[in-house]
Amino acid sequence: MRQLLVLGAGTAGTIAVNKLRRRLPDDEWTITVVDSKPEHHYQPGYLFIPFGTYQPDEVIKPKAQLITNGVDLIIGEVDVVKPDESIVVLVDGAELSYDQLIIATGTHPRLDQTEGLDSRHYGETIHDFYTLDGATRLAEVLDGWKGGRLVVNIVEMPIKCPVAALEFMFLADAFFKERGIRDKVELTYVTPLDGAFTKPLAAGYLGDMLDRRQIALETDFMTMEADGDRKMLVSYDEREIPYDLLVTVPVNMGADFVDRSGLGDELNHVEVDRHTFLSDGHDNIFALGDAANLPTSKAGSVAHFAVDVFVDNFVQHIKGLPMTGSFDGHANCFIETGNGKGMLIDFNYDVEPLPGKYPLPGIGPFSLLKETPANHWGKRGFKWTYWNVLLPGRHLPFGPDMSTKGKRMQEMASS
Amino acid sequence: MSTTTIAGHSVNVNDEGFMTEYDEWNEDLGRELASMIGIDELTAEHWEAINFLRGDFAERSETPTLRRVTKVGGIPTKQLFVLFPKKPAKKMAYVAGLPKPKGCV
Ligand SMILES: Cc1cc2nc3c(=O)[nH]c(=O)nc-3n(C[C@H](O)[C@H](O)[C@H](O)COP(=O)(O)OP(=O)(O)OC[C@H]3O[C@@H](n4cnc5c(N)ncnc54)[C@H](O)[C@@H]3O)c2cc1C
Repeated sequence: MRQLLVLGAGTAGTIAVNKLRRRLPDDEWTITVVDSKPEHHYQPGYLFIPFGTYQPDEVIKPKAQLITNGVDLIIGEVDVVKPDESIVVLVDGAELSYDQLIIATGTHPRLDQTEGLDSRHYGETIHDFYTLDGATRLAEVLDGWKGGRLVVNIVEMPIKCPVAALEFMFLADAFFKERGIRDKVELTYVTPLDGAFTKPLAAGYLGDMLDRRQIALETDFMTMEADGDRKMLVSYDEREIPYDLLVTVPVNMGADFVDRSGLGDELNHVEVDRHTFLSDGHDNIFALGDAANLPTSKAGSVAHFAVDVFVDNFVQHIKGLPMTGSFDGHANCFIETGNGKGMLIDFNYDVEPLPGKYPLPGIGPFSLLKETPANHWGKRGFKWTYWNVLLPGRHLPFGPDMSTKGKRMQEMASS
Repeated sequence: MSTTTIAGHSVNVNDEGFMTEYDEWNEDLGRELASMIGIDELTAEHWEAINFLRGDFAERSETPTLRRVTKVGGIPTKQLFVLFPKKPAKKMAYVAGLPKPKGCV
């Protein structure tokens, strides 16, 4: 028997084992997946918790329920991978050997990487919504908030779901309007990028949307510290932004064991080939999802497109054949924009987000780079799709390769 | 893409003026590029950063991020902001003759 070991049963790990179990004969391959936590979180739902739209229990399911029969789930924390011995050691000392290893341990917010975030002010005047606890605490605080300066900052890129902080701004604007206190709230969006988003055309659209909502945009701001006593966000070039409530998106980093195992870059993301996810220098180690250092967005949709390509490749790879599939970096993100509307962007390694229709050219039902109610329902419907279609590894009606059909390509040249 | 003349050398640059050919760069050009963005003198500390950038690029074909210059190159972020004020990631890449660091995605 050969052994496939998967580290992390989040979005990517769960889809991968569920798909691979159907592709690898039971009498030839065992599949084991290790995760430190017994519960799976629907992380896109964290965005809605601070505004009371979702309750915490709506975004949690036991991992055991989501993993198909014939896959062993071990709850345990990975301590180190020893690539030379093909062994993974868990924190409790257990050793697991493998023939093929998939690292899918994601990327996670790290308050400890920035001075002043992980302080006694956290949970009081400093918050985050990238963890369930953080989002839940923020819901309590926003519920009783009377107004003041609300500052949202991204400390450093890359972060998972790079649009989430903008969505938070749009939802906050709508939330305070609905409560009748928008005029008592000053909203400021602070980013290390030189615009509202990384891709020029989308940055223009999103920047205008901030403008229209009177949300201030502070760019090129490299956060050095949050001075909690003075309630001041301070940059390396000594700019200061005062806040009453700071909602931060901390530095996102891969699991520490990636670094200890010598497999990561400076943010502990596994260094892999961007088309096949094979780790640099190891013929039997892959990284999927946010754990990999791919130059595309870290998002559940990307993980899903990537696993589609990966599964066929993997079956070739273990037969000693060359991998013929090549991932194009396809990312597809619904952006909630408030008031029952949403926007959608679709892009890959080479083509930035363009206007048009998705997934059917000319028809949709979703509109790219445009605020529509259908896009909002697409985003809200994603939770059901996530649990019932994506994680079980069922087929979606559109494939992993990005299409430029139905997109207005000419806008790219003029942007 | 176009060519321009810097310090008497004809070099390839992109539309923002970043050099596009690794091998066209030399230290004189580095000094000239620095003065074009208001850095009149390159000290030993500047060179340490520039040399790290060029060495790292040669190995990985990618302009290192600030975090990488700090973590792997060993130069504190705060110091990089002193050496290359306001926008150290872009300015260092510019002076070192490397592509502008990719806006992260
Ligand atoms: C606020 C927010 C909003 C988002 N919105 C969207 C959206 O709208 N659309 C979208 O596509 N994506 C969205 N995302 C991103 C999406 O959730 C992630 O990109 C996706 O979950 C990545 O999957 P993954 O499997 O790589 O990592 P994860 O799903 O994070 O899974 C990693 C797993 O590894 C485990 N693990 C970590 N370290 C260890 C260790 N040492 N030992 C054992 N196990 C370990 C963890 O417990 C976890 O189960 C959002 C994320 C956030 C935070």
